[in-house]
Amino acid sequence: MVNFHEVIETNRMIQEANLDVRTITMGISLLDCAHSDYKVFHQKVYDKITRLAQNLIATGDEIGNRFGIPIVNKRISITPAAICASACDDPHFPELAKTLDRAAKEVGVNFIGGFSALVQNGMTKKDQMLIESLPEALSTTERVCASVNVGTSRSGINMDAVRLLGEKIKELSERTGDQDSIGCAKLVVFCNAPDDNPFMAGAFHGVGETDAVINVGVSGPGVVKTALQSVRGQNFEVLCETIKKTAFKITRVGQLVAQEASKQLNVPFGIIDLSLAPTPAIGDSIAEIFQEMGLECAGAPGTTAALAMLNDQVKKGGLMASSFVGGLSGAFIPVSEDHGMIEAAEAGLLTLEKLEAMTCVCSVGLDMIAVPGDTPATTISGIIADEMAIGMINSKTTAVRLIPVYGKGVGEKAEFGGLLGYAPIMPVNPASCHDFIMRGGRIPAPVHSYKN
Amino acid sequence: MKGIITVVGQDKVGIIAEVCTFLSKNNINILDISQSITGGYFHMMMIVDMESSNAVFHQVAAELDKVGEKLGVQIRLQSEDIFQAMHRI
Repeated sequence: MVNFHEVIETNRMIQEANLDVRTITMGISLLDCAHSDYKVFHQKVYDKITRLAQNLIATGDEIGNRFGIPIVNKRISITPAAICASACDDPHFPELAKTLDRAAKEVGVNFIGGFSALVQNGMTKKDQMLIESLPEALSTTERVCASVNVGTSRSGINMDAVRLLGEKIKELSERTGDQDSIGCAKLVVFCNAPDDNPFMAGAFHGVGETDAVINVGVSGPGVVKTALQSVRGQNFEVLCETIKKTAFKITRVGQLVAQEASKQLNVPFGIIDLSLAPTPAIGDSIAEIFQEMGLECAGAPGTTAALAMLNDQVKKGGLMASSFVGGLSGAFIPVSEDHGMIEAAEAGLLTLEKLEAMTCVCSVGLDMIAVPGDTPATTISGIIADEMAIGMINSKTTAVRLIPVYGKGVGEKAEFGGLLGYAPIMPVNPASCHDFIMRGGRIPAPVHSYKN
Repeated sequence: MKGIITVVGQDKVGIIAEVCTFLSKNNINILDISQSITGGYFHMMMIVDMESSNAVFHQVAAELDKVGEKLGVQIRLQSEDIFQAMHRI
């Protein structure tokens, strides 16, 4: 039987250290919705999503109440839209985005991910149409999230898509300029995108997945930080053991919630994503973990080592706690969603270059970073290319979610509100990469991808 | 199904009595009670068996919340599963 201290420990994690289950995401395959008539296609998409996810919110809330743990988000991911739309001559992508938005509102989820294309080797006509539609689709909808996978370690990087996305991000920035270019917060550019990621904005339901699946993202930077307070000043061995034990406990809660949701919704359990995802709340920050480890702030020398260690220990602790681990699984470092990162960036102690270095050892990439609105499209493409190269060469997922804030410059800030927080606008290296980006074509796969 | 009830708040006369009366009315059996008072703060944990109770879990939780409000303490009811999952391999 559980004892008094264990109950108090768990409840302290929830009440004082912000332990929560960050998201229950239902992955839904839309492959069987394909139809040559785009109107029929859109209707089938709407019907399938609203049918399968009709009880998602109620079930999530009920489980949260029963276990006494907040389940912050309930979301949906779908098969990359460009693939589902292959049968239509013109899928009317902006209208499809609106259909997805309506379906999300109908079932009550705050985001639906998968307005996506996988173009690492090349773009089909539909992939290109989807990418071209992104500025309109994301500026006229509220809950739709898009992603484009432009590279893999097996295939290399599609630099045509990288160039095109730089332009589309700029257009999207302008179209949502009255809201500090928030549209760009709903678009992620990936290398090695996972098929089973439950976290937005990059979630989609991979083509190798079953018809519907429940993936759960756990969180808990506050719990890790609180645990580390008890080992202040002790050596790295003790530090790592503490992180591992904490990650194990956090993940076990995620596993329990995932199994329960799977049973109640009668949808198979997919994976647990072991990511530490911060929120703008005090005490729910990755940067605070660095400070507890002994760094003055995120960005100080030692930050990359601290992040590498944190990421690795979270995986080691979490792996045993769940039967299936997947998704992004690692620490997230979104600048605008972490008050400690925001403060370090505002003080000029956390730079874009340091963030890029940090992405070599953590799960995601350049995430929720505001840059000046007049940053050239080719520079955005250059930043994307750099980040994709890190992912390709290191056989890991990397992503870019940059927000060129329309009409604003360094020293100003962008306000996104809610979980997306706010971000100081960070300076970008002014040297041009125009001619490099304009070359076009593909960067071939790295030598170590030829394993067969 | 087993539930864990935790009560936290300023100590006063009748907290246990009030909670136990409520549980008895709802046919919920108490399997174990532990409590401590530190610095005037009352901490109690009960393990209860809800199998024979007619009331639905979330209703019991909501009503316990009201009992807590009346007593000026915080009362939570959670499924035992979350603690088992976290602390037992």
